[in-house]
Amino acid sequence: MRTTELAIVGAGPAGVSAAIEAASRGVKVILVDRADRIGGQLIKQTHKFFGWHEKSAGTRGIVIADQMEKSVRDNPNIIFIDSSEALGYYSDGVLLVETPAGIERLWCDRLLIAAGASEKMLLFPGNDLPGVYGAGAVQTLMNVHGVRPGTSVLMIGSGNIGLIVSYQLMQAGVRVAAVLEALPTIGGYVVHASKIRRLGIPILTSHTVKRVYGDDQVEGAVIWKLDSAWAGIPGTERDLAVDVVCLATGLTPLGELLWQAGAQMRYIPELGGFVPIHDENLETTAKGVYVAGDVAGIEEASTAMAAGRLAGLSIARSLGKVTEESYRACHRAVSHELEQLRSGPAGEKVRRGLERLREGRRLGA
Amino acid sequence: MSVSTLGMTGVPSASELARVTPPAERRARGPVVVVECFQRIPCDPCHYSCHFGAIAPFSDINDVPVVHWDNCTGCGLCVAACPGLAIFVIDETAGTDDCLIAMPYEMSPVPAKGTRVSLRDRAGVAVGSGSVERVVPGRKVAGTTVVWVRAPKDLSMAARSFSIEEGDFCGQDR
Repeated sequence: MRTTELAIVGAGPAGVSAAIEAASRGVKVILVDRADRIGGQLIKQTHKFFGWHEKSAGTRGIVIADQMEKSVRDNPNIIFIDSSEALGYYSDGVLLVETPAGIERLWCDRLLIAAGASEKMLLFPGNDLPGVYGAGAVQTLMNVHGVRPGTSVLMIGSGNIGLIVSYQLMQAGVRVAAVLEALPTIGGYVVHASKIRRLGIPILTSHTVKRVYGDDQVEGAVIWKLDSAWAGIPGTERDLAVDVVCLATGLTPLGELLWQAGAQMRYIPELGGFVPIHDENLETTAKGVYVAGDVAGIEEASTAMAAGRLAGLSIARSLGKVTEESYRACHRAVSHELEQLRSGPAGEKVRRGLERLREGRRLGA
Repeated sequence: MSVSTLGMTGVPSASELARVTPPAERRARGPVVVVECFQRIPCDPCHYSCHFGAIAPFSDINDVPVVHWDNCTGCGLCVAACPGLAIFVIDETAGTDDCLIAMPYEMSPVPAKGTRVSLRDRAGVAVGSGSVERVVPGRKVAGTTVVWVRAPKDLSMAARSFSIEEGDFCGQDR
C-alpha cells in the first residue's frame, strides 16, 4: 500500500493542472488515469484554443497535452499511474485503484476527483445500430487511432463539440451531410459554425433525427423539423444517406466516486446533471475530497485548467504548504481569471448553474 | 430581442458584414484585414499577433476585436493566429480585375502555387474560380497555413473558402 499526500483521479486538463500546482508547492502527488497517457480529452483536440494569449490561446489541445506530459514527467513530486481505474474511496482515506498488475490501495491525505464527464445518449428508433457513435468516440477513432468512422456522417448537436468534430471529419476527408440542432439557434461558438458553413456543411436549427435505419448497420437517417413545442412536424421529413450518426448532445459529470465518497450532490441542469456541492476552494461536503473540471459542472478545458490550479493551491494550503499571503494572492488571481472566462454570453448558462449550486450550499443542500 | 441569422446559420448578415468591412478608400490603398469575429467569446490572440497596432488591446477578454485599418499592412500574421479562423486579408490592388484573398487553411493536401480552386462564399456556395498565388505554411503541428488566392475583384468580400478543382492538384500531401 502506497501513501501520498494527494491522490488525483483523472489526468485531464483539470487533474494535471492541479497536480502541477500542488507539486510545485511541495505536495507529494499520485495521479491516476485509466488512459495510458496524460491529457484526457486534450489528446484528441486538434483545434486551437481560445482564451488568453499568455495562457494557452492559439495552442492546439494536442500540443497542450504534450506540454502537460512533459511537466508531469519532469516533476519529482508527481507519480503517474496510467492504465488504471479508481474503483472507490473510503472514509479512512483509502482509494482503491485497479492497475494492470492488480488492485492497489492508495492511502491519501487529500483526494481530488477530476474524472471528467460522459456523453449523453439520445432516444430515437435505431439508436442501437452499429454506426451510431458519440462524438467523443469519433474523435478518438480519428485523432488518436487514425481511423475514419465511415464515409458520410450526420451530426446531431451544434454545441462546440458537434461543430468541432464536424470540422475534424472534413479534415479527415469524411463527408458531413448536415449538423442538426433541436434549438432554434446554434449552441456553440459562431466562429466554429462559420468555419464549417463555408466548407459547405448545412447547419439545420430546429431539426432533429426521427429515426435511423439499416439492416446490420446505419444505412440512412430520417430527419425532421421541430415546432416551438419540440414536436416533429409531419411532412418535413427528409431522408439522408449516411453510414454514421454522431451524437454531440451534451455531457454529464462522472460523479460516481463522489456519490460513493458521500459528497452531497445536487441536480443542476445548467451544469449537466448531478454535481457536488463545493466551496470556493473546490472542497466538497466530504472532508478532504476536492473536485475540478467537468465533474464539478460541464464547461471546457480553459476553465478546467484554471479550476485545477485553484484546487491544487487550496489543497496545498490545507496541508500547510502555502503561506496565507501567497494563497490569498494566488486564489484571487485564478478566481478572477475564471470569472472573466465565464463572464461573456457563452458563460451565461454556467453562471446560472453555479449560482443555483451556491444557493444549495447556503440551504445546506 | 431579435435573433441574428448568424446564430441560426453561421453566416453573417449584410449589416454585420458592413461593420467589419474596411472603407472603399482604405481597400483602394492596398492589402487590409477583415476580422469576421461577431460574437463575444473569451479570446485575445489576434491583438498579440499584430506587430503594427492594427488590432487594439482588449480591456475585457470577451470583447470583439477593435480594428484600426490604417495601421494594417495586410501581412496576414493574424490570419494564421486566430483560433476561430475568422480573419482574412483582402488586397484589391493586386490587379486590374483581380484581388488577392488570404484565407486560413487546415485541410489536407495543401495546394501549391498555381493550383486552380473553386471559390466558395460564407454559406459554402460556389461563387467562381481562382488560383493559388502564395502559400504561407503554419508552424509545424500548431500552426495554421495561410493560402493567398487570386480571385475576381468583385469577390473580395464574398469568397471565404475554396476547394481544389478536380484534377488540378499540384501540392504535397502533408
